[in-house]
Amino acid sequence: MTDDVDRNRRHFLTLATAVTGVVGIAAASVPFLASLQPSARAQALGAPVEVPLGSLDPGEMVRVMWRGKLVYVLRRDPTMLERLNAARELLKDPDSLVVEQQPAYAANDHRSVKPEYLVIEGACTHLGCAPLPQFAAGSLEADWQGGFFCPCHGSKFDLSGRVYDGVPAPTNLRVPPYRFVRDDLIMIGVDSGAA
Amino acid sequence: MARVEAEVGVEKSGIMKWIDDRFPFTETLKLHATEYYASKNFNIWYIFGVLATVVLVLQIVTGIFLTMNYKPAAADAFASVEYIMRDVEWGWLIRYMHSTGASFFFIIVYLHMFRGLLYGSYKKPRELIWIIGMLIFLVLMAEAFAGYLLPWGQMSYWGAQVIISLFGAIPFVGEALVELIRGDYSISDITLNRFFALHVIVLPLALIALVFVHIVALHHVGSNNPDGIEIKDHKGPDGIPLDGIAFHPYHTTKDLVYIIAFLIVFSFVVFFAPDMGGYFLEHANFEPANTMATPEHIAPVWYFTPFYAILRAVPSKFWGMFLMVLAVALPFALPWLDRSRVKSIRYRGWIYRLALTLFVISFIALGYLGLKPADTVYVYLAQFFSVIYFSFFLLMPYYSSIDKTKPVPDRVVYHG
Amino acid sequence: MDNGNKKRHSFGSGFRTFAAAALVICISSTSALASEGGAELEHTGNDVDNIQSLQRGARNFMNYCSGCHSAQYVRYNSVARDLELTEDQIANNLMFNADNTFETIVSSMRIEDARRWFGQQPPDMSLIARAKGTDYVYNFLKGFYIDPDSPTGVDNRVLEGTSMPHVLWQLQGYQHANFVETPVGDEGITKTEFAGFEYLTEGTMSAEDFDGFVRDTANFLEYIAEPERSTRRKVGVWVIIFLFVFLAIAIMLKKEYWKDVN
Repeated sequence: MTDDVDRNRRHFLTLATAVTGVVGIAAASVPFLASLQPSARAQALGAPVEVPLGSLDPGEMVRVMWRGKLVYVLRRDPTMLERLNAARELLKDPDSLVVEQQPAYAANDHRSVKPEYLVIEGACTHLGCAPLPQFAAGSLEADWQGGFFCPCHGSKFDLSGRVYDGVPAPTNLRVPPYRFVRDDLIMIGVDSGAA
Repeated sequence: MARVEAEVGVEKSGIMKWIDDRFPFTETLKLHATEYYASKNFNIWYIFGVLATVVLVLQIVTGIFLTMNYKPAAADAFASVEYIMRDVEWGWLIRYMHSTGASFFFIIVYLHMFRGLLYGSYKKPRELIWIIGMLIFLVLMAEAFAGYLLPWGQMSYWGAQVIISLFGAIPFVGEALVELIRGDYSISDITLNRFFALHVIVLPLALIALVFVHIVALHHVGSNNPDGIEIKDHKGPDGIPLDGIAFHPYHTTKDLVYIIAFLIVFSFVVFFAPDMGGYFLEHANFEPANTMATPEHIAPVWYFTPFYAILRAVPSKFWGMFLMVLAVALPFALPWLDRSRVKSIRYRGWIYRLALTLFVISFIALGYLGLKPADTVYVYLAQFFSVIYFSFFLLMPYYSSIDKTKPVPDRVVYHG
Repeated sequence: MDNGNKKRHSFGSGFRTFAAAALVICISSTSALASEGGAELEHTGNDVDNIQSLQRGARNFMNYCSGCHSAQYVRYNSVARDLELTEDQIANNLMFNADNTFETIVSSMRIEDARRWFGQQPPDMSLIARAKGTDYVYNFLKGFYIDPDSPTGVDNRVLEGTSMPHVLWQLQGYQHANFVETPVGDEGITKTEFAGFEYLTEGTMSAEDFDGFVRDTANFLEYIAEPERSTRRKVGVWVIIFLFVFLAIAIMLKKEYWKDVN
């Protein structure tokens, strides 16, 4: 009687059932995994924030929150801008080649839309501590050109948030998407595609 | 008869051997699947154990995802459920699966228990399986009750108010016990918080442990069948019961068909009638709990209503509660109340058939009456059906012993 | 043996009867809500899949209701998406109390003011159609009649003693409710029964237009009570189609293996 068994048919049907079952389970798991994404409320709370620039004097920096993340808005004065490329050979990625770290319009020496204003996430790319501003030249070490210093593990960044070579942080500080609504108002969290 | 050698775990080599030397993997698989023999003449009533397990898994998985967004606090609970329903991607699906699963759990468990009554599955040597099953039923009721408070809607709140107050009917310790359950002088944030703990940790753990023991006990003595015959009494020369077929691949392939059929019914409710006309999700529960106003008409969720009707049938707080507890407790004693020499209804006489029919009618009728307002006519009807309900159990030692039985065949009835 | 087989059949059919009975109970129960609460409700006859009706209903709700009533779980942008409107359309035409489309519909009325004016906070409308039924909303909005004894000058046939004023009086006009007393039994007890409305003053809308206005509004409230309804039904069709295919394969597999048993 065992000879009657069509083994091929049996194997085919077992395989068909297994495949359909796996497809079903995979499809059923999509809603469950999707439910872990930021919800409509998280998106609402993570909506773009406006930062007025009118009261920001040259050399000053403000801290704002966007999506629960710390964002630095620094208005660089002319001397700071001059110092930008003074330590260029010490930087790991001076030309912002790591594309994930900034929108295309910020992949330049000043890493910003307008040279004067730097908008940057205050999270060290090593393990997420908030780097401290050390803007004055020589304030950290003798040949320091000004920038950010992470107190957790000693990572150093220049005044454009570009990381120094030989520190734990692997990449430049991240530039969030943003755009100028007016000359004295930026909105962080949205851009108009390319600036 | 022809039997194809099961293909799982036959060859022992490499990694399987390494595992088997350290953990009885193949052995366990054989014991519970490829060499667990169950009767080949199972009918549709034998599917509900498997389906209950499927629903248990569904409830656990959907429950885990719900806890990721639910907030067990009186001020936030209702809003967090609406948050799940609207703001969380696919949250509505997860919530509807969980709420629909709760009702289906009871439908399945009631049918599973009815199967036991049909074929005498509680009789020797399966008394302990039945008792563990009854414990599962008790824990399931507690689990459902605790879960029903969590959405913090009007029915959640007032339903819990009524049911927790029942404990107050216990002499001497009642009022103290009620306060201990609530953790407050009324149902409050504190009550909600602890019911959440019970619903997501304590009771599910108990449920999983009991289900495990239920299955271990079952596989130890072997499954009953619609003829109520011990298939182990007739073994072939290979030591395999002649009427038994391996759980895998025969029962598994058959169960899969029924599981998919069940999922079709389940999906139909989830996607096209998640409220089920106000029975699975009650209309009043779409209003947040209001401690100042009881809804006009208050009834427990449908799966509690047979017992609720018994409670209301008696115009005394203590005796109402007493009878309700008795209604749940009596089935525990079934293995000893039933004096019949045969297990299956197929070989029982007309008396048991009549008794079981009346019992089923009274159970459904009580369930219906429990949903209705406590009008006089309904209360009289509930009293009538309560008498039948209790008579089924209390008179069983008598009528089951005088019932004429038919001769039981040696081998199971099977027409392939 | 034959006897056992016959029994098997009778229990099978018993199960089918039981399932059919359960289905009948479930289906007939959809009307359970309508029969609650006394007053006979006129059927709304709305269609939640009618986007135009929902758009009109959204406009009605935002203009006439949202001043007092919130729908605190409903976001403007989700309404825009579901009603096939652009976020700009919503923001420019329907958003009176919010700055951004991702916000929820919250009335601008302060709770203390509401308590002082109406004795309570106007209830949230997010789930009203699900809690009370769409027909309830429809009949409530049409059910205001002159009652000189009430502080608002009106009462409502569906919710007697409501503290809500007749917000839509300009559209509907004012109506008078007729009641008849019918004796119950012979002990002089009477039952008051509603016997229709008659118009006292004309509104700017014809009765028919007003019905349409209220129907659209009730329709919108039904939509916001469960915004995912249309997704749910669309997904459901595919899930069930898939399961039927799976069922067919599983049946073939079962039959193939059970050749051994038979």
